[in-house]
Amino acid sequence: MDNRIQIVAIIATAVGFAVVFELVRRRRLLERYALLWLLSAAVMLGLSIWRGALEEAAGLIGVAYPPSALFVIAFGFVLLMLLHYSLVISRIVDENKRLAQRLGLLQQKVDALVAEQRTEEPREVEALPGPRT
Amino acid sequence: MPRHLAIIPAYNERGAIGATVADVLEHAPDFDVLVIDDGSTDDTAVRARAAGAAVVQLPFNLGIGGAVQAGYQYALDNGYDIAVQVDGDGQHDARHINVLLEHLRANTNLGMVTGSRFMAESDEDGYRSSTSRRAGIRMFAWVLSRLVGRKVTDPTSGFRMVRGRGVELFARDYPHDYPEVEAVLLLHFHKLEGAEVPVRMRPRTTGVSSINASRSVYYMVKVLLAIFVGLLRARPVVEAGDPAAVTAQQTL
Repeated sequence: MDNRIQIVAIIATAVGFAVVFELVRRRRLLERYALLWLLSAAVMLGLSIWRGALEEAAGLIGVAYPPSALFVIAFGFVLLMLLHYSLVISRIVDENKRLAQRLGLLQQKVDALVAEQRTEEPREVEALPGPRT
Repeated sequence: MPRHLAIIPAYNERGAIGATVADVLEHAPDFDVLVIDDGSTDDTAVRARAAGAAVVQLPFNLGIGGAVQAGYQYALDNGYDIAVQVDGDGQHDARHINVLLEHLRANTNLGMVTGSRFMAESDEDGYRSSTSRRAGIRMFAWVLSRLVGRKVTDPTSGFRMVRGRGVELFARDYPHDYPEVEAVLLLHFHKLEGAEVPVRMRPRTTGVSSINASRSVYYMVKVLLAIFVGLLRARPVVEAGDPAAVTAQQTL
């Protein structure tokens, strides 16, 4: 393997690892979503440094040029990540929908209760700050 | 006090919502009216309230499925035994609500009764729609008829009435984007029988349909996928406090 590509791969993955770690440290990224990133960065870093492992992995999947295997593996991680986010988004959309429904129903209930109270004790409620309209 | 609820989903229907609510209040007096204002940017909610409906305002647009489901949740929370969906644009004639109600009452085995545009004896001033949309409807009708083992003539009709367990089921688990077709199948999986009665629908006078030409292909593919995934998906019978039906829909 050309030395330069090994150096580039090591630097790139090390920077990637550091960026993800820093984001978690600053609480910009939740640990649960950082795990997959850190795992892929760690694997990529390991394969970049340890040429023997990369050559073995390349031979295993029939790739003649080991650095290409690095891209194949990285691409696999990217796909995994995308699928993971599709799952996360689906769950969030569903939770979001249920929240909106709950909020709408509760708001309706509050409005109805306030209106009911106003008709029951008009004077007392008039003294209070007016309800949201 | 009536324990029947008319659920009217409405998105920017300021022009028609007042008349629609008044129509239901006048012609279906056994029904309380609930308008789900699905994040409208106009004064749909104000007009619906003025016309005498209870209004649930969603904080942002959820689409027809999410809006209607909120209506079923309201029905379940407030102990309604029968709920009917009526479109907010005035396409459904409120006089037919009683036709659906009679049919549901006369057939205790039924879980849902749907108003069908395509069963009317005379098509004279009946419902008109584009040929591509008709082809889509026909295809869904064919697929659904085979899957549920009865003739479904109008699978996309949103004019439908359910009772008891159907209300509970829809409150907990209702399809997303274009729910009508999938809801028929959902009911079937839960061993609730459905039937259709002929109704006339009026052409839309205001507002725009949620399904335009460019989206109809997406609609067909998405619903077909949902149907076939639905066939393979485990659908537990819904019981009170059972979260399984809700989590089942999360995978979509």
